[in-house]
Amino acid sequence: MKILVCLCPVPDTTTKIAFGDNNTTFNSQGVTFIINPYDEWYSVVRALELKEAGTATAVHLITVGKADAEPVIRKALALGGDEAIRIDTDSNDPYVVAAQIAQYASAENYDLVLCGKESIDYNNGTVGGMLAELLDMNYLGFVSDIKVDGNNVTVLREIDGGDETDSCVLPLVISCQKGVAEARIPNMRGIMAARTKPLKVVAPAAISSVSNIVSFEMPPAKTGVRMIAADNMDELVSLLHNEAKVI
Amino acid sequence: MSVIVLTEHAQGSFKKKSLEAVQYGAKIAAMMGTSVTAVAAGNVSNDELQTLGAYGAQKVLHVADARLDNFSSRAFTKVVLAAAAQEGAKVIVCLHDTTGKAVAPRVAARLQAGMVAGAVGLPDLSSGFTVKKNVFSGKAFAFVNITSDVKVITLMPNSSAVVKGEGSASVEALSVSFDDQDFAVQVQQVSKATGSVPLSEAELVVSGGRGLKGPENWHILEDLATSLGAATACSRPVADSHWRPHNEHVGQTGGTIRPNLYIAAGISGAIQHLAGVNGSKTIVVINKDPEAPFFKAADYGVLGDVFEVLPRLTEAVKKFKANN
Ligand SMILES: Cc1cc2nc3c(=O)[nH]c(=O)nc-3n(C[C@H](O)[C@H](O)[C@H](O)COP(=O)(O)OP(=O)(O)OC[C@H]3O[C@@H](n4cnc5c(N)ncnc54)[C@H](O)[C@@H]3O)c2cc1C
Repeated sequence: MKILVCLCPVPDTTTKIAFGDNNTTFNSQGVTFIINPYDEWYSVVRALELKEAGTATAVHLITVGKADAEPVIRKALALGGDEAIRIDTDSNDPYVVAAQIAQYASAENYDLVLCGKESIDYNNGTVGGMLAELLDMNYLGFVSDIKVDGNNVTVLREIDGGDETDSCVLPLVISCQKGVAEARIPNMRGIMAARTKPLKVVAPAAISSVSNIVSFEMPPAKTGVRMIAADNMDELVSLLHNEAKVI
Repeated sequence: MSVIVLTEHAQGSFKKKSLEAVQYGAKIAAMMGTSVTAVAAGNVSNDELQTLGAYGAQKVLHVADARLDNFSSRAFTKVVLAAAAQEGAKVIVCLHDTTGKAVAPRVAARLQAGMVAGAVGLPDLSSGFTVKKNVFSGKAFAFVNITSDVKVITLMPNSSAVVKGEGSASVEALSVSFDDQDFAVQVQQVSKATGSVPLSEAELVVSGGRGLKGPENWHILEDLATSLGAATACSRPVADSHWRPHNEHVGQTGGTIRPNLYIAAGISGAIQHLAGVNGSKTIVVINKDPEAPFFKAADYGVLGDVFEVLPRLTEAVKKFKANN
């Protein structure tokens, strides 16, 4: 079984978000980029576990990004994985990202494609579903457990107000969230090995974008908190009813 | 030309967020001078289908195939594509939930259509088709312009109030040809918390953090939630320690919610937590530490011990409910 893991570099979760050029660009100055936590903690680690268990024969890591994405891919390679692929283009359009990955993946016959449930920067969560359609595969989204038995995969999947156990035969695209695996920290040997692992840079296919970000906006700042005495909860309830009008 | 909206139902009753999505689609249709068609899949009665008219749907296309009572992203994608083709859809609306997030990207990829995931407002048609959405897990918003002919949107639940109007929709059967692959996903088991409000749809949410000290204390938070008719949520360490189920975890690496009221008890208000909840209309913070960062993001604050304040608040809510 051959696994492809999709990775996305994102700003560190503690980043104070700021915009430049009259709120039209994300200001990445001084921002540390990390692997999207859903990819790093869950998809990558589960793929590695399947390789260690002898279920998977190869684990490839792929990202769509310019050269500045490479430190993040090397970090993922330090966790494990046989090779990495970087498609040399940058886009905020999820369709372009998915179509670029699909273009590469269609020639490689992957049995399982793993991605995170969403990236924590643009929160689209669309690449998995798009890939499934473009690769003509079934898609299981928001998965918190993956078991593989030969050609058959059983997952626990989030649904409205609960979860569901589904099974399906490969090939499949799965989007991962908490529960799929326990996050790992790369060890020294992994970090050394990652330096020499193949990182293929692939020229992008000609795919035009179908959406673009025009501008950004910060949420309105709170006007200041109104403190209520801890022994006067009647007042809080009355404010929630009469002032905030939420109950 | 038309707007189509994929609806969702639970055992044949439309979910509130689907009514919101139909109403949203109807508003877009009005802006574009066209009509909105709702799409429903699986077992739903004709009477229930017609009720969508009260939320703005002129027509409902119904694919009655019983296999659709189980979710399959492939099969639902075919349903939407068939409806879109028949109606000449220019805009396709799904919900930003586990169903919509699995279907809409497939539909968009098939049609090579631009997509906005997690829209929080109506499109601006003054120069293109620009939709506002959450980015950086609620720390900011982006305005995304869709440039393709067909536009796909997933709507964040609770983006606007649902208002029931008049009217009844006409119902038409839609036939879709499926193949075996469309139902290759076998549902083995479903487990749902019965009776409770799903977190993503809840208008009122009571949430607890490490300040509650342990799962054995959660009943004081649940009492408040019950008295309000609210859903419960929690911070990440609470879910990580298995005090509460993972699906209650909100924040940058958990769920993003936008209830009318978010009550945070014993939660410090770390940036990653705020990211998932700062779209809430009103935030109440209960914390014993005056320096807790959450107070800066709150509308109302209570400085005190959760073990004293929560039961008092529950009593006050009960008293209020009894008198109103
Ligand atoms: C990559 C990354 C992603 C993350 N994603 C998330 C996420 O999605 N969601 C999330 O929540 N966190 C997330 N975190 C963790 C986050 O940084 C915080 O550690 C976490 O939110 C803290 O949870 P807490 O407020 O419950 O606990 P604490 O920070 O321990 O705060 C407990 C609070 O309770 C108060 N308290 C204690 N006892 C009482 C009492 N008796 N009465 C009243 N108040 C009391 C304290 O004053 C304190 O403010 C993430 C972290 C990282 C690094």
